[in-house]
Formats: sequence, C-alpha cells, structure tokens
Amino acid sequence: MEAIGQLVVILGTIGVVMVTVLLHVAYLTYLERKVLGWMQDRMGPMEVGYHGLLQPLADGLKLFMKEDIIPSGANKIIFSLAPILSLIPALIGFAVVPWGDGQLTIPLPWIGDVTFRPFVTDLNIGILYVLALSSVGAYGVLLGGWASNSKYSLLGGLRSAAQVISYELALGMSLVGVLLMAGSLSLVKIAQAQAGGFWHWYAFALPFPQIVALVLYGIAAVAETNRLPFDLPEAESELVAGFFTEYSGMRFAFFFLAEYANMILVSCIATIVFLGGWHAPFPFLDFVPGIIWFLLKVYVFLFGFFWIRATLPRLRYDQLMTFGWKVMIPLVLANIVITSIAQYFWMN
Amino acid sequence: MTASLEFSTYLFHYAPIVVFIAIAAAFGVGTLVLSYVVHPRIFSSEKLSAYECGSEPISDARMPFPVRYYIIAMLFVIFDVELVFLYPWAVAFDKIGLFGLIEMIIFIALFVAGYAYAWRKGALEWD
Repeated sequence: MEAIGQLVVILGTIGVVMVTVLLHVAYLTYLERKVLGWMQDRMGPMEVGYHGLLQPLADGLKLFMKEDIIPSGANKIIFSLAPILSLIPALIGFAVVPWGDGQLTIPLPWIGDVTFRPFVTDLNIGILYVLALSSVGAYGVLLGGWASNSKYSLLGGLRSAAQVISYELALGMSLVGVLLMAGSLSLVKIAQAQAGGFWHWYAFALPFPQIVALVLYGIAAVAETNRLPFDLPEAESELVAGFFTEYSGMRFAFFFLAEYANMILVSCIATIVFLGGWHAPFPFLDFVPGIIWFLLKVYVFLFGFFWIRATLPRLRYDQLMTFGWKVMIPLVLANIVITSIAQYFWMN
Repeated sequence: MTASLEFSTYLFHYAPIVVFIAIAAAFGVGTLVLSYVVHPRIFSSEKLSAYECGSEPISDARMPFPVRYYIIAMLFVIFDVELVFLYPWAVAFDKIGLFGLIEMIIFIALFVAGYAYAWRKGALEWD
C-alpha cells in the first residue's frame, strides 16, 4: 500500500512537471517571437487564433505531420537516437527543481492519504546532477551532428560540443560561491536558506554578494544553451542550421524542444541559487503564493535571453572561445577565492 | 539493517529519476512512432542526399577536423575534475575551518599554475 502511494506521488509530480515544462516550452517560442517582434516594431505572430495565441499548436502539428527524412549517407541508428538523447536530459533535469514550499495531502480512495511536494525528488547532490545532465546533453548534439554525414552538421556539432564544455567550467565554478555560503548541493535546501527578504538572496547576501557570479552564470548559461550572441553552432549565415541541418519533422522538433527546455532549466537554477527561489522580495509580500514569485523570476531570466538576442550581434568563434577561457575562468576563480576568504572571516 | 535502510533512502531519492527517464524516453519514442504513422513518405535521391547549398555533395563529410577541438576537450576533462573537487570542499566549508581554506587556496594555486601553463603554451588560442 505504501509503495503504491509513493508511486502515485512520483507519477503525479512527474506528470505535472512534464506537462508544465512542455506547455512553457511551446509558449516560450510564441513569447520569443512576440517579444522579438515588439522590439523590432513588428507585431509577431498574429494569424493563428487571437493575437496568434494558437501559433505554438499549429507549429507543433505541422512538425508532427512533416516527413522525417534520414539522409542516405547518415548513420541511421545514431541519427535516430540523437534527438531523444538530447531531449531526455533536458526534461529530467527538472526532477530536482523545487517550485514552492509546503506540501499537499490528498486522501485517495483505496490508497489512503498521499502527500505531494513541490518537486519530484530532493537529491542531496542536486546541482551536480543538473551539471552532469547538461554535459550529457552535449552528446545528443555532437552525435546528431556527426551521424548526419553533412559538413554543416559536423562543424555545428563540433563547435557546439567545444562551446558547451568550455562554458560548462565557468558555469560550474560560478555556483561554488553560493555553495560556500549555503553548505549544501540540494536545490531545496539552498532555496530554503534564502527566506526573509531579498537581502537574504545569495545574489545580495552578506558576507560577499554573488552578483558577479550571477552575471557570469548568466553569460555562461547563454553560451551553454547555444543562444545568441553565442549561437555559433547554428549560425544561419555560415552553417545553415548547424548540427540539425539534416533533421526534419519531429526529430527537428526534439532538438528545438531540448534547447528551450534547457533555457527554462538554467533560468530555474539561476532563480533558485541566486534569487531566492520561491521567496518574496519583501517579507510583507509573503501572502502571494511562492509559485508566482518563482515563475516571475524565471521569466525575468527568459526575457533576458530574448532581450540579449534582440540586441547583440553574433560573436566570432575565436572570440567566443577566448572569452570563455581567458575572461570567464579567471573571474569565477577570483570569485571563489574572495568568497571563501570572506565567508571564513564571517563565520569567525 | 542499516544497509537496507540506506538502500531504501537511495531508492526513495533516485527511483523518481529512473521513472522520469522512462517517461521522458516513452514520450520521445511515442511521439516519433505516432509521427511515423501519419507523416508522408515521398522518396527521391536528391532529397536524401546531404544538404550542400543545393549542389551535389563533394566527398564524404567525415573529414579530419582541427586538433584544437581535441585540446579543448582534454583541458576540459582536467579542469572539470578539479572543479568537482571544489564542490565537496565548498559544501563542507563551515566544518573544516582555516585548514580547509588554506589547503584549497593551495589547490586553486595549482589549478592556476596549470591554467597559466596552458595559456603560455597557446592551448587557449583559437586561430
């Protein structure tokens, strides 16, 4: 009985997370086109539904009905598996993301009371788990690019892998400062430690505000998700579409889905680690449910992604790699050393 | 007794992830299968050839590529392992005190030495 109850909880939370993430991904593409449109004094999608609100559904249906072409020279097995290999890490990363506090107990017939909590699982290695998955995601891109047997795809895949691993270092190190202050890798514990106003959020908290780390994390996250201005792997003007040049139909949609899910995931991590997760910025605003604060902060980051895309031109590849290795890494290392010294004197 | 208790906590924390992987994979494969049923199939040799600006592809795509990528990958492995050492240190920082602080500053100095060496040797240049 106990086991069945737990299974219900697991399946229930996973269902909620999957549906939420997929819906947000679908409407993120819509939001991106709208925001870019407004920034360029256009309307964005307007035709399908009221102000284009059904556009994501139309796009999804179109991709679903499209022919799924496997090029004749491609390695068929790897070519078919790569999009799924890219999709799974992007989705299961959300398993450790907490979106609120408290719990919800529902009495079910035959099974008894089941208690739902606002995360799928609370791993004590949460951040490591997310970083590991983002490395695994690079395999899908690299294998997809290689298996296509097309020059554009191969170059895009290689560039993407090199870029992701270069910025992964900076991404991982920018979180160490917060770990020093929080003393835990669990995202739930990190978020809980930031209760009580924005001055407790690690981006602004004493002894050493991690605001620099937040900026560095943001830059690394943009590079990690292959977004403009770091979208060299899929630079249209030189590589057509990079690693997914040869993909069509649903497999193409999976790469797309993985990219947007990764954007949401890095925004969720930034929100939890640096901006207090579901906590209100002022204690008197606590009556607003935590999920609203959480979504608000996540969407601030996502808007930042779009804004950067609308504002900045694409970098050159050598600039990208040089920036990652010669600017980001010294800065994050300096942040770690300064934070640890500050934290040591703060504790004593 | 304690061993089985430990195992059940592991199960409690990690079973959801296994289930999640299964569901995500089922979602991926299921959507592909459904799409396979409904999508059209019109074959032609031009369509199945790799895209190369509309002309016939010249030679195989699996050509040698710059060794830079390999060097970057090796540097990543080295530095990422060092990064993984920083994590447990950061988590246990409040328990290990001054000893831990000094030791890790020495460790980071070694890291910087390796980094400076790679920089001097030009491994970080991208020409």
